[in-house]
Amino acid sequence: MKKITKYISAFYEDEEDLLIGIKKLKENNVNVLDAFTPFPVHGLDKALGIRRSWLPRVGFIGGAIGALTGFFFQKWVFTEGYQMAIGGKPFFAIPSFIPVTFECTVLFAAFFMVFAFLFRSKLGLGAENKIYDLKITDDRFVVVAGFDENKSGEVKKQMEAAGATIIEVKE
Amino acid sequence: MYVSPQREPLIKGDKNYSKITEEITAPMAGKPGKYWYLGIGISTIAILLGSVAIFMTIWFGIGTWGLNKTVGWGWGITNFVWWVGIGHAGTFISAILLLFRQKWRTSINRSAEAMTLMAVMCAGFFPLIHMGRLLLGFFIFPYPNTRGVWVNFNSPLLWDVFAITTYFLVSLLFWYVGLIPDIGTIRDRATKKIKKKIYSLLAMGWVGSARHWARHESLSLILAGLAAPLVLSVHSIVSMDFATSVIPGWHTTIFPPYFVSGAIFSGFAMVLTLMIIARKAMNLEDFITIGHVESMNKIIIATGSIVGVAYLTELFVAWYSGVEYEQYAFLNRATGPYWWAYAIMMTCNVITPQLFWFRKIRRNLAATFIISIFVNIGMWFERFVIVVTSLHRDYLPSSWTMYKASLVEVGLYVFTLGLFFTLFLLFIRVFPVIAISEIKSVLKSSGEKKIEK
Repeated sequence: MKKITKYISAFYEDEEDLLIGIKKLKENNVNVLDAFTPFPVHGLDKALGIRRSWLPRVGFIGGAIGALTGFFFQKWVFTEGYQMAIGGKPFFAIPSFIPVTFECTVLFAAFFMVFAFLFRSKLGLGAENKIYDLKITDDRFVVVAGFDENKSGEVKKQMEAAGATIIEVKE
Repeated sequence: MYVSPQREPLIKGDKNYSKITEEITAPMAGKPGKYWYLGIGISTIAILLGSVAIFMTIWFGIGTWGLNKTVGWGWGITNFVWWVGIGHAGTFISAILLLFRQKWRTSINRSAEAMTLMAVMCAGFFPLIHMGRLLLGFFIFPYPNTRGVWVNFNSPLLWDVFAITTYFLVSLLFWYVGLIPDIGTIRDRATKKIKKKIYSLLAMGWVGSARHWARHESLSLILAGLAAPLVLSVHSIVSMDFATSVIPGWHTTIFPPYFVSGAIFSGFAMVLTLMIIARKAMNLEDFITIGHVESMNKIIIATGSIVGVAYLTELFVAWYSGVEYEQYAFLNRATGPYWWAYAIMMTCNVITPQLFWFRKIRRNLAATFIISIFVNIGMWFERFVIVVTSLHRDYLPSSWTMYKASLVEVGLYVFTLGLFFTLFLLFIRVFPVIAISEIKSVLKSSGEKKIEK
């Protein structure tokens, strides 16, 4: 597939118009690239065909690593690292390791997921993603598609039919 | 056909998306009003006064506190537990209410979470300062050292270190991830160059892409799922500081659920105290409506009643156990020299919140404000009663004594109050107090006026 250099974008003022617009474009095999919205729009990921996020799995893996680290670290400390005799209790005292194990699980899972989210979305301190329009974080809903000379007239018509207020073609 | 009466709108007035952005970011634009200056003036003075107490503690040592051989835990731990408790509302609102799909959460979750972070900071201050030397703080963390010594994983005090550190960090992540889209909004509205630069950095390159939103949604949901048991674990572990000891009055298995409900109770009271002022001062009455206040009051009466039942259960079990020390501890708590603290606790936590059974009182701002302050006071006295009355009568009558807080202990409490309000006042100037993107997503289903296409 050749690289897309020209984009066509349609601006909507309502999320329902955006959804209808995207569905129509998809039906016509237009290469819809992404949509930008001020808040999460229900059904948008399905309309765009975005696969379900892997973040829950990352969270599970992070949590599992946390649980094992927390538990076995405590076991190592109390059975090998520094044995402490406390009121004749066993060194390897599973019940009293549970709270710290649990906290480590949550901590690791949360950190793994948040950093996976930032990494995967290319977000982070100093990240410079292209801001498509300043009003997207306010009240604009934008769909961006690859521009195709042959279909441009038709695509524009469809976008307008769905209620697009502005249609732009950008390099 | 039965038609259900329409639910009360969560967003009042004739709003659209742009208006929501406008109205929520308005208090951050321009100069703060004179009440803001007054507020931050008072809270800064509190910090300065409290700093004297910090200086006294560090210079002269922990002996400046009113603690004695019998009552080794006094205001310090009382304040610590009180603040941690207050810090429970934020994550409860944003995590547990998210899992239960409560839409009214969207108006208050942001500020409640910020409040959580600030309250946990205030709480963390007490374990640090009670070491007498702040630099000893690192002793509580397990780190490799040349002495080959590790921390005691059997101690509930260490579980506390892990619970509160985790709670703070996870709440911070949860809060910040939720803030990213809103910081993007502020970035895009900023006109000044420096402001734009700072918020661009903080927004981490947020552009509102559908792919980002899909991940953001999934992240929020799973984080909420993790944070929900975390909230419950934190105060359970705090309660184990007491429950795993062998002091009559502390050694009870009811403590974890009783502490957790008490924490949510006091947390919601603090949210109400702050939000009733903030909604008025910041013109956010359309977003934080009487309906929101009523919902929070319902949670207050539910958790307050659980706390009331727990108090009575404690008394019953003390009697039923047949253990004379336990029976004495509770009899002494209610009728001994600290009866007044017990009476304040009972009045403020069990009796006054029952007024919320009346719809008129639930929906009355002045009454809610007063009762919320009562709850704040009552919950402070609950911890005071648990800590001091259980300690001041020992197994050995020769160790019996009375405890009175010293001026230094009071000063440290004043310091945290100042810190809390200063941070809150700074927060409302820097970040939007209501989650803009979240409230937009409920506008269509819960706005007063449906947007016509």
